Amino acid sequence: MNNCPAIELRNITKTFGSVVANKNVCLTVKKGEILSILGENGSGKTTLMNMISGIYFPDEGQIFVDGKEVVIRSPKDAFKYKIGMIHQHFKLVDVFTAAENIILGLKNEKGFDIKKAEKKVREISDKYGFALDPTKKIYEMSVSEKQTVEIIRVLYRNADILILDEPTAVLTPQEAQTLFAILRRMRDDGKAIIIITHKLHEVLSLSDRVTVLRKGEYAGTVNTCDATEKSLTEMMVGQKVALNIDRDDPKDPCDRLVVNNINCINRDGVQVLNNISFTARSGEILGIAGIAGSGQRELLESIAGLQKLNSGSIMYHNPKTGTEEDLRNKTPLQIRELGVRLSFVPEDRLGMGLVANMDIVDNMMLRSYRKGHSVFVQRKAPAQLAEDIITRLKVVTPSSHTPVRRLSGGNVQKVLVGREIASAPTVLMAAYPVRGLDINSSYTIYNLLNEQKRNGTAVIFVGEDLDVLIELCDRILVLCGGKISGIVDARNITKEEIGLLMTKSEQGGAK
Amino acid sequence: MAAFSLIIAILCSAIIQSIPLLYGATGEILTEKSGHLNLGIPGIMYMGGISGVIGAYIYEKSVTVPNPFWSIFVALMSALIGSGLLALIYSFLTVTLRANQNVTGLAITTFGTGFGDFFGGSLTKIMGDGGNLQLAATPKYFKASLPFANDLGPVGKLLFSYGFLTYLAIVIAIVAAIFLKRTRAGLHLRAVGENPATADAAGINVTRHKYLATLIGGMIAGLGGFYFIMDYTGGSWTNGGMGDRGWLAIAIVIFATWKPIMAILGSFVFGGLYIAYSYVSPMFASLPNANTLRPVIQEAFNTLPYLVTIIVLVITSMRNKKENQPPQSLGLPYFREER
Amino acid sequence: MNNSATNDKNIKDQKQHKVHDPLFQIVKRDGMEWYKALGIRLGAILIALVVCALVLVLLTNMLGTPYNPIKIYKTMFDGAFGSARKTWVTMQDVAMLLCVSLAVTPAFKMKFWNIGAEGQTLIGGLCAAICMRYLGPALPDFLTIPIMAVACIISGALWAIIPAFFKAKFNTNETLFTLMLNYVAMQIIRIFIAIWVPTGSGVLSRIDNAHLPILFGQKQLLNILVVAILTVIMYIYMRYSKQGYEISVVGESENTAKYIGINVKKVIIRTMAISGAVCGIAGLLLVAGRDYTVSAATAGGMGFTAIMVSWLAKFNPFVMPLTSFLIVFLERGASEMASRLRLNESISDVVTGIIIFFIIGCEFFVNYKILFRHSKHNKEV
Repeated sequence: MNNCPAIELRNITKTFGSVVANKNVCLTVKKGEILSILGENGSGKTTLMNMISGIYFPDEGQIFVDGKEVVIRSPKDAFKYKIGMIHQHFKLVDVFTAAENIILGLKNEKGFDIKKAEKKVREISDKYGFALDPTKKIYEMSVSEKQTVEIIRVLYRNADILILDEPTAVLTPQEAQTLFAILRRMRDDGKAIIIITHKLHEVLSLSDRVTVLRKGEYAGTVNTCDATEKSLTEMMVGQKVALNIDRDDPKDPCDRLVVNNINCINRDGVQVLNNISFTARSGEILGIAGIAGSGQRELLESIAGLQKLNSGSIMYHNPKTGTEEDLRNKTPLQIRELGVRLSFVPEDRLGMGLVANMDIVDNMMLRSYRKGHSVFVQRKAPAQLAEDIITRLKVVTPSSHTPVRRLSGGNVQKVLVGREIASAPTVLMAAYPVRGLDINSSYTIYNLLNEQKRNGTAVIFVGEDLDVLIELCDRILVLCGGKISGIVDARNITKEEIGLLMTKSEQGGAK
Repeated sequence: MAAFSLIIAILCSAIIQSIPLLYGATGEILTEKSGHLNLGIPGIMYMGGISGVIGAYIYEKSVTVPNPFWSIFVALMSALIGSGLLALIYSFLTVTLRANQNVTGLAITTFGTGFGDFFGGSLTKIMGDGGNLQLAATPKYFKASLPFANDLGPVGKLLFSYGFLTYLAIVIAIVAAIFLKRTRAGLHLRAVGENPATADAAGINVTRHKYLATLIGGMIAGLGGFYFIMDYTGGSWTNGGMGDRGWLAIAIVIFATWKPIMAILGSFVFGGLYIAYSYVSPMFASLPNANTLRPVIQEAFNTLPYLVTIIVLVITSMRNKKENQPPQSLGLPYFREER
Repeated sequence: MNNSATNDKNIKDQKQHKVHDPLFQIVKRDGMEWYKALGIRLGAILIALVVCALVLVLLTNMLGTPYNPIKIYKTMFDGAFGSARKTWVTMQDVAMLLCVSLAVTPAFKMKFWNIGAEGQTLIGGLCAAICMRYLGPALPDFLTIPIMAVACIISGALWAIIPAFFKAKFNTNETLFTLMLNYVAMQIIRIFIAIWVPTGSGVLSRIDNAHLPILFGQKQLLNILVVAILTVIMYIYMRYSKQGYEISVVGESENTAKYIGINVKKVIIRTMAISGAVCGIAGLLLVAGRDYTVSAATAGGMGFTAIMVSWLAKFNPFVMPLTSFLIVFLERGASEMASRLRLNESISDVVTGIIIFFIIGCEFFVNYKILFRHSKHNKEV
């Protein structure tokens, strides 16, 4: 075996429009080595890997495989250089068997012998210790089995360099341990393995070296044996950036929403919410931090009446009547009919919060069209509201009759947030409201949230930028793997502390 | 013995009735496996029929003594080209131009049935001959069965008394089944119909598969109309004579849960229901108002294929067994950049 | 390393990167000015009309009676408007096709592919015939007709609710279900006729009771007026009613519908009931106002043509009279051509087919644009 690295990246830069996704990133992976790529959400990990696997093409920089410079323009090219990537979202045909999915798209094999393919799949399984029945249909499989199919698909194509994009995000801790054992076996077999993750304990227990990315930039590479959770967190979150977001002290806060021990098991049988309890108070912004997919979406949707819960209660204290209502497993309509003024800015703005093909006026009506006993919709008030929002939030649009899909991301968000706060909510939930927005639009949104807080609304803000969370929120709830790993005072906390809570190992236990 | 030969006669007519349906169903299964619901199949079947007739007519007119081989060749080729062209219009509109499949399919059916009935009724006039359309020689060649078929007794009659298009239909259905189940290209085609994005990511050319499936499927369905006109009616065209066979073919696809082998069975059952009545009616002869009752029962029998199809459709959706569902992306256009 | 070879402008949406840069790339449009879209559509119709004319010129030449295109369209025009009677019949045909098109519109707007309008109309028509036969002789018309109207509406709605229920409950494929129900409806009519007509001719003769009233001595007028009113009602329902708004939301995004608390299943069933009810009205008008008899061909394929009419009009009830007129004009004009040349009437379907192909095809250029990639700046075409 020669000594040159299996794959080496030099000064890779990639931009999307004005957004720099990767800037001068370097990394090397040797044969028989596991390299972790560590970084927060949006730090450019996946983009970088997509350039190795041929989905994107770098603007600048060089890629070397086995010491030779290569050009990878398509997944096919990547496959030629024996690079295989296992994506976070599986690309499998449900009604096919594992073996059928594994050989899908292969053309260089002579003949078509599914039995032979199944045999080869079994051989690969045995070699590395997978437990996979090649004749099992995908739709009968658990998430981890599906992942196994994806990994074997790559191995079946003789890949020597494997890239796994957050492979443990969908696995239980036990399944993750099994996967790690397999990955170690592959390493011992001479494969080069890159694993994208933001779980520190996994990095420390699995990998040989760690490359850290921060906001698209290369933050350095360290040997795992020299690293600690603390040192890695510091590398990952970087220096504190002052944003100067206004923050008033909460004015006579009182309990508005008391969430008590809620549990939710999703369709795949994964427990996405695990004994969540917290209180959202009026006149306060409660931040929710966590790695993407830690249960944020399910939490908000279960409060909004879109997610069935297995147990627990969500008590709403009505400030007007002083009564208490349990919102658990009520439909959004029932919640409204109880007189709960709950507003929700969902993560999927155009797919859920708004109707992309409708104009701004008709989108305003989504919340209010039921008003009154007439069988007809009343467009006067929504039109007025649309005009108000356009002027007040400076929405750039040809008119209020422009379909919202034609607006830019920031303007879409202003329309959505504008509508949600127009009903004078007592609870306002916003999921990633500034994602993809430029600085000015982001500050508009922060100001709107602060305004709601001053009006006595209980604001719940799910964010990904820790600097923002720390400066904007009063308290921060940190989610990790569907559990609460801590509720902290935002005024007295550092990014590193939150970062540690976010990546707290499952074994470490919550609370 | 009389009962035995009656049964043979019933089975024979059922087989004859089932062949156009089987061609149509096999063609539609291939098409739907690529994710395209082609409601133009009835029109394409008409097109296959009339194109074959036109080809045969021109050939017969151009020679004094038609040669069996060339008769068959010219008629068959024209049928394939005619139905293929119409199928190509469908695929161009739905695959390349991403038009709505339902609307396009219905337009294809409007055009195809119109084209068939128009030329079926006017071909002799256009060609300057006048009179009703009746092919003289070609249908004979298509109807020709093995010479010794009738000497083999009832079983021989049951098995060997048909023209070659009958056997071709069954062969095509079996080949289609093997293709879908046992070949790499079949696997790729099914992947395209189930999940084009996944197929695309696996390096399968989605557009090419969709084109080929709709084209070849259309040509196979065209043979159904061709069989109907050449073999079943013996070369004469009556307006709307093919009836709702095209739609029945689509019904069989559902009945067969998208499996060509099951389509053979389905066509046979549906074909049998088509003619079952005439054999059942003697049973009612003894009833006091038999004459009034007969047409009622006949129509009730004709309802059965559609009712059975609906029941199958509902039951498969209720049981929700993945293998028996329509291809997952059936009816949806695929646009890579839209994801 | 050569970077200029790639041009990754739109890469954000583009998950896959091709090995060889394609010559052109198809991109969805953000929306087009209405006049441009109208221009494209009118252009397509124009080209289609030219193509049809060419086909007909060729045909007349083969028959030895050459027509020039102008003569062809004049003949077609005569076929549709050649006399007062022809004009009235054309208007009635437009109205009836429009009526069925209005019926399929709410379901289509909801992205429920109801291709069962034919059957729903037939069931409505059958109910009309039943009332005319059994109630007509027993009751005065002023009682029979309202009962008949209600029966038609309810039966059409029920026939449409069947597939809707299974769609809402078990997600049964509605396209295939409604398609099959058409033929069941036809068979039910044939069974009734077989019962009613003991001779076995399969043709039900004119029923002389409970005809819809003839206004101002013009038989077609009532049907036209009813459909005109329905058009306005449907426009208002779709555009201004709360239910119409819910239909749009469900059709555009089921996720959004759930987010704002719309009961999607309820909307599906309710909308199909409305769709079927309007079909029932169409059946009533056809049987009690036009044919005075019923057969499996009463709807004459309108249930299918209506889908094209509605779709071509982009589900706008006020545009549908135009698209419906276009189709009826072609049908009647082409059949006039056919009778002049002593040809088969089916030529009208051929002409209609060609026109629809062009209109379907042109939608692509309204919805997508083609970017050519060979120059440095993407050029729009």
